[in-house]
Amino acid sequence: MAEEVILLDFWASMFGMRTRIALSEKRVKYDHREEDLWNKSSFLLEMNPVHKKIPVLIHNGKPVCESLIQIEYIDETWPDKNSLLPSDPYKRAHAKFWADFIDKKVNVTARRIWAAKGEEQEAAKEFIEILKTLESELGDKKYFGDETFGYVDIALIGFYSWFGVYEKFGNISIESECSKLIAWAKRCLERESVAKALPESEKVATFVSDCRKKLGLE
Amino acid sequence: MAERSNSEEVKLLGMWASPFSRRIEIALTLKGVSYEFLEQDITNKSSLLLQLNPVNKMIPVLVHNGKPISESLVILEYIDETWRDNPILPQDPYERTMARFWSKFVDEQIYVTAMKVVGKTGKERDAVVEATRDLLMFLEKELVGKDFLGGKSLGFVDIVATLVAFWLMRTEEIVGVKVVPVEKFPEIHRWVKNLLGNDVIKKCIPPEDEHLKYIRARMEKLNIKSA
Repeated sequence: MAEEVILLDFWASMFGMRTRIALSEKRVKYDHREEDLWNKSSFLLEMNPVHKKIPVLIHNGKPVCESLIQIEYIDETWPDKNSLLPSDPYKRAHAKFWADFIDKKVNVTARRIWAAKGEEQEAAKEFIEILKTLESELGDKKYFGDETFGYVDIALIGFYSWFGVYEKFGNISIESECSKLIAWAKRCLERESVAKALPESEKVATFVSDCRKKLGLE
Repeated sequence: MAERSNSEEVKLLGMWASPFSRRIEIALTLKGVSYEFLEQDITNKSSLLLQLNPVNKMIPVLVHNGKPISESLVILEYIDETWRDNPILPQDPYERTMARFWSKFVDEQIYVTAMKVVGKTGKERDAVVEATRDLLMFLEKELVGKDFLGGKSLGFVDIVATLVAFWLMRTEEIVGVKVVPVEKFPEIHRWVKNLLGNDVIKKCIPPEDEHLKYIRARMEKLNIKSA
């Protein structure tokens, strides 16, 4: 049976970026379908009735939701190229812990910087602390996965395309506070999978401006 | 590589009334893994806990041969990968993925929403109860034609969803609202009975009376009225 892989996505989503990167690392051909988040398709709602969110990975008709779960699924389904998760159970657990940390802390706090009125400064301060924790975990390693680009790197890198937004609304300089992390991001961007997946900062900035207008924040 | 050596050391930093701690005990017991349980006072965290989980400072923490693992869902997968008897995750990759999905749903959606019921009154509470029920409907539908969320036998999602069976549903009496009435959720009620038919579950969940006493005491401390 011919393999059919569809990705329901949105270009600016740091979660969609994760799945794009994972599929690219594995050289999996897929049908990329852009969703209008203000007008979700009935197909999206059918494939993700629980959360109604992108990204949704559909493999031979079967939907997989939640980006971190998708990365694991991709790693297990196409095991031949570029392992994304370590094989050692302890190292796997370590990677999953940090990806979970990113999901629970980075996104929630980052959103408050640009989408919640009056919370920008506080959220920006917290955001820097979170990035510093991640920087500490990275240490002197090339990637979070040590020598190999993997799960945790993929979980975090998409946020880099939004750093300009956080800096603008949070009035912070991520480069001066977390230079090691910026260096890591630039290393990741040298990978084709990442360079292709991340949108340009200016494009994200325009998008956020539109969002803020829609939310009545501007 | 030997799966179990004589020098294997397993410790669990946990808390007797925590659903996240108890689920680890269920998994270890199902797999016949001996462990030392270290009860933690979460209101006065020990230096050991802070040393082993400096990032989140929370229980449960599993320590295997000196190496700590945190976050209950991460710990459960680690346990399944390390001790291969009685697998709790399905073998099929897609089913495994769905198990991860539903587990995340229980913890990040059902639990988070259900917690908001406590301490609310009137219309505000009604809204949260409705929202919780909408989420529980997904579990209800998943259980149709199945004995357990894992299918014929107890699995990963069942272990995670004990949070619903023995925490959310037990506290209904105390909170004063039947969030999960049997008329609306017959499958979930049937599933709870199935869970209680399992010796490991019976052994590993907190004793009901003590548990309810503890919850009442906590609510009092937080100045929340109980029914």
